[in-house]
Amino acid sequence: MLKLIGNRLLQMVLIMAVVSLVIFAIFDSDKFKRQIAVAELGGFAVSALSDQDYEAWLDRKGLNVPFYERYLKWVGGVMTGDLGRSFEKNEPVTRLLGDRLVNTGILAFWVFALMVPLSLTLGIIAGMREGAFRDRAVSFIAVLTTSLPEIATAIVLTVIFALGLQWVPANSAMINGWDWRQLVLPVMTLVLYDFGYVTRMTRASMAEVMTSQYIRTAVLKGLPHRRVILRHALRNALIAPFTIIALQLNWILSGVVVVEVFFQYAGFGKLLLDAALFGDVYVIQAATLVAVFVAVISQIISDVGYTFLNPRIRFS
Amino acid sequence: MASVEVLATPPSAPPIAAPAPVPLLRRLQRPRPCLALLLLMWIPLTVSVMFGGYLGDPLRTWILLPALPATLLLYVVAVVSWRESTIAVVGVSLVFFWLIVAVAVPFLPLVDPNKPLAPFTGIGVEKNGHLFLLGADLKGRDMLSRVLWGCQRVLVWGVTATLVAYVVGCMLGLMAGYLAKWWDQVISFIANVLLSFPVMVLFILILNYLGASGFNIVIAVTFASAPAIMRIVRGLTLDTKTRDYIFAAQTRGEHPLRIMIYELLPNARGPIIVDACLRLGYTTVAITTLTFLGLGLQPPDPDWGLMIKEAAKVAMLWKFSYMLLIPALSVSSLILGFNLMADGLREMSLRD
Repeated sequence: MLKLIGNRLLQMVLIMAVVSLVIFAIFDSDKFKRQIAVAELGGFAVSALSDQDYEAWLDRKGLNVPFYERYLKWVGGVMTGDLGRSFEKNEPVTRLLGDRLVNTGILAFWVFALMVPLSLTLGIIAGMREGAFRDRAVSFIAVLTTSLPEIATAIVLTVIFALGLQWVPANSAMINGWDWRQLVLPVMTLVLYDFGYVTRMTRASMAEVMTSQYIRTAVLKGLPHRRVILRHALRNALIAPFTIIALQLNWILSGVVVVEVFFQYAGFGKLLLDAALFGDVYVIQAATLVAVFVAVISQIISDVGYTFLNPRIRFS
Repeated sequence: MASVEVLATPPSAPPIAAPAPVPLLRRLQRPRPCLALLLLMWIPLTVSVMFGGYLGDPLRTWILLPALPATLLLYVVAVVSWRESTIAVVGVSLVFFWLIVAVAVPFLPLVDPNKPLAPFTGIGVEKNGHLFLLGADLKGRDMLSRVLWGCQRVLVWGVTATLVAYVVGCMLGLMAGYLAKWWDQVISFIANVLLSFPVMVLFILILNYLGASGFNIVIAVTFASAPAIMRIVRGLTLDTKTRDYIFAAQTRGEHPLRIMIYELLPNARGPIIVDACLRLGYTTVAITTLTFLGLGLQPPDPDWGLMIKEAAKVAMLWKFSYMLLIPALSVSSLILGFNLMADGLREMSLRD
């Protein structure tokens, strides 16, 4: 087990090193540097930038050394917790990214807090009796909500609850300080989009367990239905959903970009998109590394958890 | 020898009844006519959307003429062959609704989707001598016309991107599975690197580097989807490559490439087709989302993601919410169609 985790962590470090080197090399091109220079110096077009100004700017920013030298310096910085400085916001990346990650973390927390109980309950109710009316109803809702892309869900929810009923604001920029009402729509969008998938997986797992021999034995033995479900079926039926839920952590980093941009919520996804559109190398670099880190960690949690929860694997 | 000859020409055989004529519809359901119909529908549409600028105006429209009957015929064939699954028929109907619209839209009596007529005109209002059935957007362009034209780009780029991702993914998967050894090591490592990115982060990085355009979306989708496809195909290949008929092919001295494409690939067909339907949905979502984020298809031509992006800045009022709702519901219906199709196909493949 420890060896497995160690292997995966080693692989993660390798992947992160490769990825960050590639990003440094990519954003080292003249085109990108000129683009940033123009954006920062306040010019109008790349062609209007004089070579002298450009060289001076490169010199000031320390960008005129080859990218591998900058890369080594950057790696040294990462070791000491310094992720460089944002070109666009002129702020240390560590602080910027930290703030944004906290915001996204709050969003993700509420999404998980609502999505996990909802999807597990619905999945189990649907999977208890395969083909029954409630199974069909839950499956239909799950397919429907998963088919609506986040952007469409966001729009429909905004139109109904913010523009029509005016219960919550349509914009989540939190300009006037923290306001939980602005969090409602982003969280609802992500939950609605995501719960269908987890529900379907839980349902499939539950349905499979319910057809197994030991459940039949328990029913024939005359155990009460409630006991069969709670004590016998659930234990096995919840192993597969656990892995799926852990992997949703990875997915949420993708899903969060659209939702944050649409609702103007100042989180990780919006930071990444803004940085990418601006060409803000150090921010992109740091955000990508965080994304890869979270993705790999969620995969490890899912793998290890599955092995740990499943006695057939644990004791073999 | 003699007996063979006798069998071949029986001396006084009773007159053999001519085989009952196969109905046309049944004949069209065979793979080859189906493929011909698909190509007849697809090539004109793709050429018209991707290279319409080079073709010029009348040619760009008339090239779609053969695709129109092909699409209708294909819809009938699809409904007939999948009629045992209601879900699949509903899905196919949704997808083909948009396909037929995509092919037929130049022949419909619509106004130019890029012509500003009357800004912020509501639904069903007549203004400046034109009836706006679905209203007009912020620049006064007819929404009905824009929504119907918009499906062309989403469909063409979405399917092209998925197709390219599948060709690349299948090839790599077959190589990793069949050739094994260091091929497998290298391909699997690259796939692992790409799979450890959240998809949207990968899209943003690639499109930001390459620039925003349809062709670059194809490349980005390939990078994001091919590793997952490769894993599926690799698993299936590892499973089938120990079968006897593969050994037979090896003994016959067939080239590895031939074995991969003619012996191994057909066996992976079932799971791949179901996965392809789902992935078409994902790609459609991705293209719409990326266009919304400003990394995808470029204005001014109508496109659903673009319509959302433009309207999101100004339409945050109940009165103008149709500008957001119409493209959002259109894209949802297309994706629902793909997903239901995948569900129906899976159901049917499980049944037999």
